[in-house]
Amino acid sequence: MTYVTSIILIAISTALINNMVFHFFVGNCPFIGVSRRVSTAFGMGAAVTFVTTLAALLSWTVTYFILRPSPCPSAAGGQPFTLAAWVWEKFGGNPKATVDLSILGYTVYIFLIAFAVQLVEMYVRKFFPPLYKAFGVFLPLITTNCVILFVCLEVSKHCIAGSPDFWNLDRTLIYSFFAGVGFMLAIVLMGGIREELDFANIPRPLRGPGITLIITGILALAFMGFTGVDKNLNELTRPKQAQAAKMVQTPSSPPAASTQPAGHNTVPQETPRLP
Amino acid sequence: MANEGPTPLERFINGILPENPTFRQILGICPTLAVTGSVKGAMTMAAAVAFVLVCSNIVTSLLRRLLKPHLRILVFTLTIAAFVTMADRFLAAYMYDMSKLLGPYVPLIIVNCIIIARCEVCASRQGVVTAAADAVGQSIGHALGLLAVATIREMLGSGKWFGIDLGWGAAGFEQYRWGVMILPPGAFITLGLLLGTINWIGAARAKRAASAQKGA
Repeated sequence: MTYVTSIILIAISTALINNMVFHFFVGNCPFIGVSRRVSTAFGMGAAVTFVTTLAALLSWTVTYFILRPSPCPSAAGGQPFTLAAWVWEKFGGNPKATVDLSILGYTVYIFLIAFAVQLVEMYVRKFFPPLYKAFGVFLPLITTNCVILFVCLEVSKHCIAGSPDFWNLDRTLIYSFFAGVGFMLAIVLMGGIREELDFANIPRPLRGPGITLIITGILALAFMGFTGVDKNLNELTRPKQAQAAKMVQTPSSPPAASTQPAGHNTVPQETPRLP
Repeated sequence: MANEGPTPLERFINGILPENPTFRQILGICPTLAVTGSVKGAMTMAAAVAFVLVCSNIVTSLLRRLLKPHLRILVFTLTIAAFVTMADRFLAAYMYDMSKLLGPYVPLIIVNCIIIARCEVCASRQGVVTAAADAVGQSIGHALGLLAVATIREMLGSGKWFGIDLGWGAAGFEQYRWGVMILPPGAFITLGLLLGTINWIGAARAKRAASAQKGA
């Protein structure tokens, strides 16, 4: 039960609240470039979801087993150590040193993403020709999609063993899948709106990217309405007794972020990481 | 090939306004939207992008005879990734606050469309001098784009410019700060309206030029 609940919570917080496009501003180039039709938007979204999950899986594996800072095997004392540390000690390195290859991270992730894209393209072309027709054309484009690299970076940030916000493999997979779903949701929504926009009389200078960005802004405002949903859901799914105890303890607790009056000056609790 | 294309000076000027990466080519708008909450952050980002763009353009231009067509994008991104790692470590070492503020957007320079586009369009076909001039022009254009968006957002959103209080609070406008301008929606709407304004000015100027030509 709690496992399912946590999956739902991760899904909501990744795909809706911290949506890749509307909250983190990543993946804007395809979002504006390939959102003219719902069908192409869906193809792009599906391809991104697929590759994001695969790339996150690869980058978690590589970060956990090779890149992350780790003590040498003899100094680890039962802690999991990385392959790099094992090689370091095996070939006569100082066993007291901490082996940290995370400086190579960016290069390695780019390489992994390119590898994942190439792999998916070949596999899909060979075994699923109809699927290849649907989203194969987008595959080469998404090597340089910000969403995928962003997810890989997030995963690598949470890949330090023993830290309180360590993500294990299933958490990583769920996160990356729903990050892709969030992107797909955004781009399909935009595709639907832009199909209707063809019949609207838009001021000439705003046509194309201008009006798309303004609509994205309004959609982002709408998505800000989801802020705090995950916290409240978390409260709801907690055992009843704990809830009651909390209410007794703090009878006049301040209301949660989502129930605050939405004044024009109010900044929600979960402001983006940039001021 | 190098003789047919525009000269280095033309490429340099092209990057600043006629082919401004933000407003004309609509490239690399992820950082334009994400880091423009404050002018200071935006300018740091612009400097990082400029460093990476110039260095990777020069390296790509030097490597251009060795490139294989099907591997070139990978070579570009790996070159860029190396320089981005340098920029990222430099920021983390000497400007820790900025590094925290910019967060994941410094590594995301790797997949910034401007840099890949310039490597593809210019640096992989031109000599070193042309490529460097092009990169400098493009990075100035990019910095101008970031500066425009960041100025509007910071002035309306927090009443400051470059961290300096503009005195709107003292003048009694404190309660009219637009919190939304610092939040994501403000970024999208500001950039959209700026794009519209620049297109409008461009169209008006073209019209005037056309009518002047007709009259003469």
